[in-house]
Amino acid sequence: MSLYEKTIHELHGMLIKKEISAEELTKDVLARMDQVEDKVKSFVFREEKEKAIAQAKGVDEKISRGEKVGPLAGIPMAYNDNICTKGIRTTCSSKMLADFVPPYDAFVAEKIGEAQSVFIGKTNMDEFGIGSSTESSFFYPTRNPWNLNLVPGGSGGGAAAAVAADEAVFALGSDILNPAAFCGVVAMKPTYGRVSRYGLAGSTSSLEQVGPVTKDVTDCALVLGAIAGHDPKDSTSAPGDVPRYDEFLTGDIKGMHIGIPKEYFGNEFDPEVKDAVLSAVKKMEELGAHVDEVSLPHTPYVMSAYHVIAAAEASSVLARYEGVRYGYRREDVPDIEALYRTTRTEGFGPAVKRRIILGTYFLSSGQIDVYYKKALQTRTLVKEDFDRAFEKYDLLVSPTCPGTAFPLGTQADDILNGTGLYTVPPCVAGIPAISLPCGLVQGLPVGLQIMGPAFAEEKILNAAFAYQQRGGFPRIKPSLSGEGK
Amino acid sequence: MTDSKYEVVIGLEVHTELKTNTKIFCSCSTEFGGEPNTHVCPGCLGMPGVLPVLNKRVVDFAIMAGLALNCQIAEFSKFDRKHYFYPDLPTSYQISQFDQPICKNGYLEIDINGEQKRIGINRIHMEEDASKLVHGGASIATSSYSLVDYNRGGVPLLEIVSEPDIRSPEEARAYLEKLKSILEYTEVSDCKMQEGSLRCDANVSVMPKGSKEFGTRVEIKNLNSFRALKKALEYEVMRHIQALEEGEPLIQETRTWDENKGITLSMRTKEEAHDYRYFPDPDLVPVIISREWVEEIRRNLPELPQARKERFMREYGLPAYDASIITSSKALAEYFDACVALYPEAKTVSNWLMGDLIRSLNAEDQDIRDCRIRPEMLVEMLRLIDNKTISGKIAKTVFEEMFQSGKKPADIVKEKGLVQITDQGEIEAMVDQVIEANPKSVEDFKSGKEKAIGFLVGQVMKLSKGKANPNMVNELLRKKLK
Repeated sequence: MSLYEKTIHELHGMLIKKEISAEELTKDVLARMDQVEDKVKSFVFREEKEKAIAQAKGVDEKISRGEKVGPLAGIPMAYNDNICTKGIRTTCSSKMLADFVPPYDAFVAEKIGEAQSVFIGKTNMDEFGIGSSTESSFFYPTRNPWNLNLVPGGSGGGAAAAVAADEAVFALGSDILNPAAFCGVVAMKPTYGRVSRYGLAGSTSSLEQVGPVTKDVTDCALVLGAIAGHDPKDSTSAPGDVPRYDEFLTGDIKGMHIGIPKEYFGNEFDPEVKDAVLSAVKKMEELGAHVDEVSLPHTPYVMSAYHVIAAAEASSVLARYEGVRYGYRREDVPDIEALYRTTRTEGFGPAVKRRIILGTYFLSSGQIDVYYKKALQTRTLVKEDFDRAFEKYDLLVSPTCPGTAFPLGTQADDILNGTGLYTVPPCVAGIPAISLPCGLVQGLPVGLQIMGPAFAEEKILNAAFAYQQRGGFPRIKPSLSGEGK
Repeated sequence: MTDSKYEVVIGLEVHTELKTNTKIFCSCSTEFGGEPNTHVCPGCLGMPGVLPVLNKRVVDFAIMAGLALNCQIAEFSKFDRKHYFYPDLPTSYQISQFDQPICKNGYLEIDINGEQKRIGINRIHMEEDASKLVHGGASIATSSYSLVDYNRGGVPLLEIVSEPDIRSPEEARAYLEKLKSILEYTEVSDCKMQEGSLRCDANVSVMPKGSKEFGTRVEIKNLNSFRALKKALEYEVMRHIQALEEGEPLIQETRTWDENKGITLSMRTKEEAHDYRYFPDPDLVPVIISREWVEEIRRNLPELPQARKERFMREYGLPAYDASIITSSKALAEYFDACVALYPEAKTVSNWLMGDLIRSLNAEDQDIRDCRIRPEMLVEMLRLIDNKTISGKIAKTVFEEMFQSGKKPADIVKEKGLVQITDQGEIEAMVDQVIEANPKSVEDFKSGKEKAIGFLVGQVMKLSKGKANPNMVNELLRKKLK
């Protein structure tokens, strides 16, 4: 097995035993990137090789001096391009920010910097996170490593594709559950407030969280442990200590109560998806978990509420991109009105504009009560559904998506394609969820989603770990070919 | 000026910059007058992904102002975004408070024609200030470019909205003066109108007396001095009355006050008004205010103008009129307190403050805080009168000199040779000289015309260049003319 295929915990063991150097590892991953990036197009920015290698050498020196290094030290990684990186272009895959260089690091970038991982690039995404296929990127669509004619999911598709194609050992992104399912990797959306949003250039404030995209559950626990924690620069970030998530990975789920929300089944594009998920549930039962069906009755309203809230917040937060201080600006305009109009007309793509127009309407006087306030009420009902379910069940298990990856250019309308049907509810309720591979359907990965109560990440991680350890989905590598479906 | 046929209805919206060290949602300095764009950070420049964090001091100050203005302090308050595109607003929304402001239902009392009138305060809310545009030309219309100074962007503001209880431009002015005084007393704001730390907009309408329906409401912006407030309201009331008299329609609109031309000009009509699309800011958490927090602030609230006025009447025996004027400004009241601590004749101090001191300050357009006559100097001068070193008349000259030069009264007296003549012989010689020179007046006095003695005293004083002790002059004259 090549170094670039390995997990963080495997590589960490080799690094501290001095079986390999971080320099060697970084060069190996960069070579892999050179080899496959033209096919996959995961990245919108690639760090200069010398700089990446210099970071790795720094870690090697520490190790050779006998200094203790953390589990992420020397591990090559990437950020989704809505995570601000000081001095490095951060575009949100938008023309609007195509040349924007932030003078600050996002909180998570600071944390990863402290953990001494090796930064190798920024990954592609749907423009400003609006979309579910990474096709709304201003630059180019990213391809699914399992079949290059298919999408990697979205909005954080580049991060998942990069990890699946072994172009990075791990990545950070927001909105990464369905990309992880489509690309056959692990991703976690933490509890809202668990990870600081400072420096996450998102399009919604109340729905987004940054989380890890990794090759297995142990890695997911390690990365989450590094980026979680209170940040005084984010008012919505939660106080309190961060558990050592990796220490909870016992694989023991005996006696755990697992609910299967009935509303999360029956919408499959492909019935084999359901089979794959149910066989994973069966394995968890074999491991000693009690499994029951549960109802989350407000599920049919979640998507409507989500789209109203996401559009309303997007129309507000994206209003700052108007060409006055930074980002794209249309020159040669007669007045400020024209500057705003032409800059925004030319700087945003159609998916973003559609969301801004909708959001502006949802918040307008006369409509706000009908749409936005109703959406907030619905949000409360959705949360209460989960609260009730978690009184009886430790965790809830469902498919991550109703189907597997779809072909490029076929489902441009992200509002109607249903990809987010099961990954949106945890965002709306602010609860944590993980997606991990649980099988292949027609050669494409299927995602298993495990949801838990707020701040119960360790419980979710342990259940995922148990499944993975005991006959879970084997680590099969994608083909990086255009054949398949 | 108000036509008796009509009733004027005015409400004021006052914005006051809070005297916190740092901005409301980031840690940049709020200091006035820095080089453009030096008090800025990614946060107050609205850069991607940077989040607001509420400065708790702003909440303290808002509670303090609310208590001083007799408001209810909300237990739950939140911030909302108010959207509009303008280069002075980096995020294209202002973080303000919409339907759940921090303070509600307060009031203040104004003195109008010797009577107290209560003006309701509808609400007080917290918000961030916008940045400052510097136009390339003389005005925005004639400029080919404008520059933006973001130093002011994010400075904390309170918006204080009155009820439409104000019935004349005079009342409006009295309300704003009282409000300014209270805000100064609580020390939440500098209230320097010339620096823009206190700004005022007015809503005004005119209706036939006794009408149950308000007239068409017009908002006037940019009323940034007491004078502008009164003048603009007088102008606007007149414009409304004229339109009503002539049966012309008035439209609901926003107007601006043109100080140079002395008129109001239309800015935008109701149809052109923005839809601000307020919604709760999802980057901020609600402000939960415990009753302990409110009580803590109430305990530490400084003495307010009304309480101080009553204390001055009670402790120093000042007449209501004196107490009211002296306590109208916190700095003046503190000056008075400082004087009386050294010199307990409160009424004498009050007379000097209300007379010469206020007159001189007004003439020079000077703030009492910048006055060269410090309290101990004024007191020293009063002691010189008491120990008969100078007369009350000479004191006026000394006062004037102190005000201009800041020299100590004893030094002035010495330098200018202003020491009072109290030598019996010296005065007697001058009295004799005057009697000699004014036989007619002497005759008049002796024949019972009491007034004539005043003229003779005046002549002696003149002869002494004002330095003779007037009581001794009076006594000696009477003795000699018996």
